[in-house]
Amino acid sequence: MEQALIEFQNVCKTYVMGDATVRAADQISFQIGRGEFVAIVGKSGSGKSTCMNIIGCLDIPTSGNYLLNGHNVGQMNKNELAAIRNKMLGFVFQQYNLLPKLSLLENVEIPLMYAGVAREERKQRAKTALEQVGLGDKLRNRPNQLSGGQQQRVSIARALVGRPAVILADEPTGALDSRTSREVLQMLKDVHAAGNTVVLITHDNSIAMQAQRIIRLEDGCVVYDGDAHEPEAVVQPRAAGTGGNP
Amino acid sequence: MKLSESFSLAIRTIVSRKMRTFLTMLGIIIGVMAVIVIVGLGNGMQNYIRESFADLGTNTLTAMVMGRGSSRSVSVDQMYEIASDHADKFDALSPTVSLSDTVRIGDKTPDETTVTGVSEDYFGMKDYEISSGRGIWYSDVMGRGKVCVIGEYLANTYFDGSPIGQTLRIGANRFTIVGVMAAETDDVDEGGTDDCIFLPYSTAARISYTGTITSFTYTLKDENEAETGKTIIENALYLIFEDSNAYTVISNSEILDTMNSMVNMIIYVLAGIAAISLVVGGIGIMNIMLVSVTERTQEIGIRKALGAKERYIMQQFVMEAATTSALGGALGIAGGYLVSAVATKVITAVLDTAITVAPTMGAVALAFGVSAGIGIAFGYLPAKKAAQLNPIDALHYD
Ligand SMILES: Nc1ncnc2c1ncn2[C@@H]1O[C@H](COP(=O)(O)OP(=O)(O)OP(=O)(O)O)[C@@H](O)[C@H]1O
Ligand SMILES: [Mg+2]
Repeated sequence: MEQALIEFQNVCKTYVMGDATVRAADQISFQIGRGEFVAIVGKSGSGKSTCMNIIGCLDIPTSGNYLLNGHNVGQMNKNELAAIRNKMLGFVFQQYNLLPKLSLLENVEIPLMYAGVAREERKQRAKTALEQVGLGDKLRNRPNQLSGGQQQRVSIARALVGRPAVILADEPTGALDSRTSREVLQMLKDVHAAGNTVVLITHDNSIAMQAQRIIRLEDGCVVYDGDAHEPEAVVQPRAAGTGGNP
Repeated sequence: MKLSESFSLAIRTIVSRKMRTFLTMLGIIIGVMAVIVIVGLGNGMQNYIRESFADLGTNTLTAMVMGRGSSRSVSVDQMYEIASDHADKFDALSPTVSLSDTVRIGDKTPDETTVTGVSEDYFGMKDYEISSGRGIWYSDVMGRGKVCVIGEYLANTYFDGSPIGQTLRIGANRFTIVGVMAAETDDVDEGGTDDCIFLPYSTAARISYTGTITSFTYTLKDENEAETGKTIIENALYLIFEDSNAYTVISNSEILDTMNSMVNMIIYVLAGIAAISLVVGGIGIMNIMLVSVTERTQEIGIRKALGAKERYIMQQFVMEAATTSALGGALGIAGGYLVSAVATKVITAVLDTAITVAPTMGAVALAFGVSAGIGIAFGYLPAKKAAQLNPIDALHYD
């Protein structure tokens, strides 16, 4: 079998808050292959962001293994994690997280700058990426001169520009109205259609259903993992729970 | 990431907050300016002292013979012997006799004129030139001739520029003017170097109140041997008097050294105090960088998420601090030159002496280096703090 791109093996993440320990991720295991479009869903506090931080190499598991493209991320130092984030991952955040003082072009250039791409090539690639998301005419604008939807498109361009293995979107439509949400989702679908692996994190079932596959979390455990169009994917399978009892 | 990228990032940040950057730099600007002006002032004072001594001659030793009681004194011949015994060290010698008798030219009495009895070698020793007529001759000294050489000031003021052959009176004696000394200074003034009369020392000694010669000026072949020359004369005089209180030998270069080291000490102390302002400026930079790190926590989080390694974040913030303080240093240097120029004008106007406040390249380079160094040193801690931020915390910071 082909090596999975993302593989969680009994991943646990616990936070110690004074006397109490919170199990934000509890023995999570799954595999995501190349070219999949997966939505990770769950209620608030179910552990979505925890998973996303681990997948995004912003954090490492307390126990268990996370293999990204076969490499064990848990054993990497900070510099290696930074390099992995730079080369393998493209982030799309809920709050866009663009740098307000830089132009759109410069914002999109950032991942390439840290990758050590030469100035000219960097500019060219950033320009192409912005053109792809339909903002080729606004290269010199500042983020605050754009609508929310447009800003999110810039952040998609920024995520794509380094040609990463995984596009990781955390509530990408959380701050948008329903019409622009659809636009952004369509854009993510296009990104997927172009052959990219997309992991979408959301609490919203209707958005999750845009993906091919859903991984549902509850209290830090996976309670559903399968086709996004199965009825169980959206109906909360409490009785048939595969775990997650308190 | 290349340093040039960090540098252009730093420039952008600095430009986007001009007022804040300027206020942050102020400590550095003032510190650098103060150091440059103070060192420049010291440099100017040393130049001034050196020039003043150059007139007196740093290759000059002056022996003052007070004698011991009234019993014994030293003859001119004995003093000449010291020089001829050490002809490898000494170049020339002139007894000098200062007279305070009233000078009369016609019915006028110039009262600031210096009157000095000298030998035939004196003009050569001092590098004085004769502009017309002749100097003091050996025969004048031997014959106690009543001849004199006058300075340009007297020649112009009292003789319309053609004094040769005319006479003047010193005390009760009438002297014939045989030569004019070429102007030594740019402004020929009453009481200045050019307001002078020279006559043979033998004549001067005879008409002086004490009738003895107590002062002898030696010139050295090598001005670096002032110490040796001084010892030679002292030893010779000790053999004559057997009492070291009977004479003193003054070395101009020794005095120059003493004065220079005094000026140096004052300058070092003042520059040290000014340098404290650099440290205060550095702390100001550190403070504002810490504020900046807090303000830009989210930016740091985003950069880290996008793959910035710790050392890139570090590099960015250190570069920003260093650029800020180096810019402050550059402005301080410009300010220092400006203040130096103004100070030179003010000193010239107020003190009537030409002390040029001249910033030294060394001080400028040092001030710039130190200010850039301070930026790096004081930017290090905030940069470290920024680099070590946890990207998750930083991303969610608002
Ligand atoms: N840094 C932390 N320190 C302590 N507890 C934490 C920390 N981060 C998350 N938790 C806890 O871990 C659990 C899972 O949190 P997580 O942020 O992953 O949930 P989530 O599914 O992203 O929720 P939301 O939809 O509200 O973003 C929660 O109970 C939360 O309180
Ligand atoms: Mg969350």
